[in-house]
Amino acid sequence: MEAKRRYLKIFLSTLYLSAFTFGGGYVIVSLLRNKFVEELHWIDQEEMLDLVAIAQSSPGAIAVNGAIVVGYRLGGFPGILCAVLGAVIPPFVILTLVSMFYGAFRDHPAVQALLRGMKSGVAAVIMSVVWDMAAGLVGDRDRISVFIMLAAFAASYFLKINVVWIILVTAAFGAVHTLLRERKGAKK
Amino acid sequence: MIYLQLFLAFLQIGALSFGGGYAAMPLIQAQTVTEHAWITFADFADLVTIAEMTPGPIAVNAATFVGNRVAGIPGALAATAGVVLPSCLFVTGLAWLYQKYRSLTLMQGILRSLRPAVVAMIFGAGLTILIPTLFADGTVRFLAGNFQVRAALLFLAALVCLRKWKLNPILVMAGCGAAELLCQLLL
Repeated sequence: MEAKRRYLKIFLSTLYLSAFTFGGGYVIVSLLRNKFVEELHWIDQEEMLDLVAIAQSSPGAIAVNGAIVVGYRLGGFPGILCAVLGAVIPPFVILTLVSMFYGAFRDHPAVQALLRGMKSGVAAVIMSVVWDMAAGLVGDRDRISVFIMLAAFAASYFLKINVVWIILVTAAFGAVHTLLRERKGAKK
Repeated sequence: MIYLQLFLAFLQIGALSFGGGYAAMPLIQAQTVTEHAWITFADFADLVTIAEMTPGPIAVNAATFVGNRVAGIPGALAATAGVVLPSCLFVTGLAWLYQKYRSLTLMQGILRSLRPAVVAMIFGAGLTILIPTLFADGTVRFLAGNFQVRAALLFLAALVCLRKWKLNPILVMAGCGAAELLCQLLL
């Protein structure tokens, strides 16, 4: 019974979040964090960032990957199924309807105004989440973290380097850094 | 068999689009317009617009749209299953490795350097939404007609609602949409 309710919660959460993620995968990642870290406390902050990295390093839509990784973490294989269905049903239904009435939908001024306003809100949600996550990392006064943050930002935003490369290079950097430090520790 | 073709075409799109939505666009075009001619290029441009205006990832939107066009609802189901399957396999595999090895020092070192990079990339994605919302021509220039005062006020109001009063983010987003709609009707 407990497990059933958990699956239902995973399904309903991803369904609800997916129905409102205008503007790309990172919005749903921000919302997933809000739901499962802040509200339900099922996943902790650091682990959530690791899960996001997994979602980003896999091919496919980040929104779907984010839902899958959270579903797997919380409910194993049945959890994945619940999360995928939840993430896919809203765009599936909405797009089937929209493609039937596309002309009217696109040109309607009320629809345009609604979507324009929602973009401001979407941007605010993402910025607020970034604020929390960056504060957690900068608060530790870890110079390397701050350096990685700035370098990764420059690489993705200004140089438009594909995220897969950024993740691979950062992971390699972390591996080398850890191994060097361990060797240093062993010598002492 | 059209369902199998749709499934396989979108399986490739799902498996090869590293890096999120915009990385998938050229692949979708290659498969659906060039390779199979299921839709025209004008349809494809429409599809991108629809994907921008509706919730959900572009790859799932494309699978539903093209599948519906070519073979109705069953076609849409086949295409969507194809686009999602690689995600399920890859993500589950990585998540399994993560849970198995996360206590190793090496894994922890790697994850510790990945975390700030992830935050930075989410920030970048936020900016790509924020800047075109605040500036009509998409460049940061505070000129009359370019700087959208109402959008900026909405953004600030949304931030206050989220930070200070901890309102539900979905409520905040819907509220912003409703506020803009109201302004449109009244002004």
